[in-house]
Amino acid sequence: MDKIIAIIAMALVTYGIRLGPFILFGGGKQTPEWVRSIGGVLPPAVMGMLIVYSLKHIEILKVSSSLPVLIAIAVTTVLHLWKRNNLLSILSGTAVYMFLVQRLF
Amino acid sequence: MLKKNLKMAIPYTIPVMLGYLSVGMAFGVLVVKSGISIWLGVLMSLFVYAGAMQFVAIQILTSPIHLIQVIFMTLFVNIRHLFYGLSFIERFKRFGVKKQYMIFGLTDETYSLLCGITDKSEDELEDLYFIITLLNQSYWVIGTLIGGLLGSVITFDTTGIDFAMTALFVVIFIEQWLAADKHLPALIGLAAAMISLKFFGPEQMVLPSMLLLFSALLFLNAKMKGGESNG
Repeated sequence: MDKIIAIIAMALVTYGIRLGPFILFGGGKQTPEWVRSIGGVLPPAVMGMLIVYSLKHIEILKVSSSLPVLIAIAVTTVLHLWKRNNLLSILSGTAVYMFLVQRLF
Repeated sequence: MLKKNLKMAIPYTIPVMLGYLSVGMAFGVLVVKSGISIWLGVLMSLFVYAGAMQFVAIQILTSPIHLIQVIFMTLFVNIRHLFYGLSFIERFKRFGVKKQYMIFGLTDETYSLLCGITDKSEDELEDLYFIITLLNQSYWVIGTLIGGLLGSVITFDTTGIDFAMTALFVVIFIEQWLAADKHLPALIGLAAAMISLKFFGPEQMVLPSMLLLFSALLFLNAKMKGGESNG
């Protein structure tokens, strides 16, 4: 099959999915109440899911795999609760993680 | 105006920049190594713009596979994005033509960043959202291009830099936790993903976690409403 056609199909399906809710509930009419309340509680839930998703390849029972993650998340969390500076927390957590997986584990 | 907006937007996007440049480069390297033209890789980053799906696409493009399968594969990998728009329906209604691009660019990371902005007025949001979306995709496209050009020759050890993505999610999670009066939705998200990871494994976990999470939130919503009407 032509590669370009496959790419076009992937592009259209992906955009269609992202557009879906706006077509279903966008229009001029009022968004249903349940959609609005789900839309409101969805971000924290999805964020929790994405944390786990981004760590899906970590082997929990293998210390050399899970300990750097735990330490780096702890550093990010403590720093963030202390300073509330997104960039600082993220860069420090990432630096600690890179150091741990490259040099120590 | 643009300069001022850029200055405001760039700091928000730095974590995504680290993640997208490095993962984009990994994608570019893999594209070239798989014998696919770098330009097809760049084309995907421009018009498909979906991280996980593009890695699957490398396999699709290098094997004989039917168009129907391509469509279903894309649906399956990206279906989680169906839920993201729900959080922006009301807000995007006020936005002009730029919202078409913002909807196109609603990736996991862009969604997280946009959800995380709580300290700006409604008037500032349209341009800020737009520029953040545009910057994020630029990082992704540039990463793809660099990766494709460098091939397998990458001169410094970037092992672990992808943790920037996790750290971004953690920080936004904390912010939303502190802002929320109910913490159950956040815990439901963590639990749904962990249960799905345990039972379906890393490659299959996305759809079950989304379904589990969504039905739990619907249930919670119905229960809370029931509670209210009962007084």
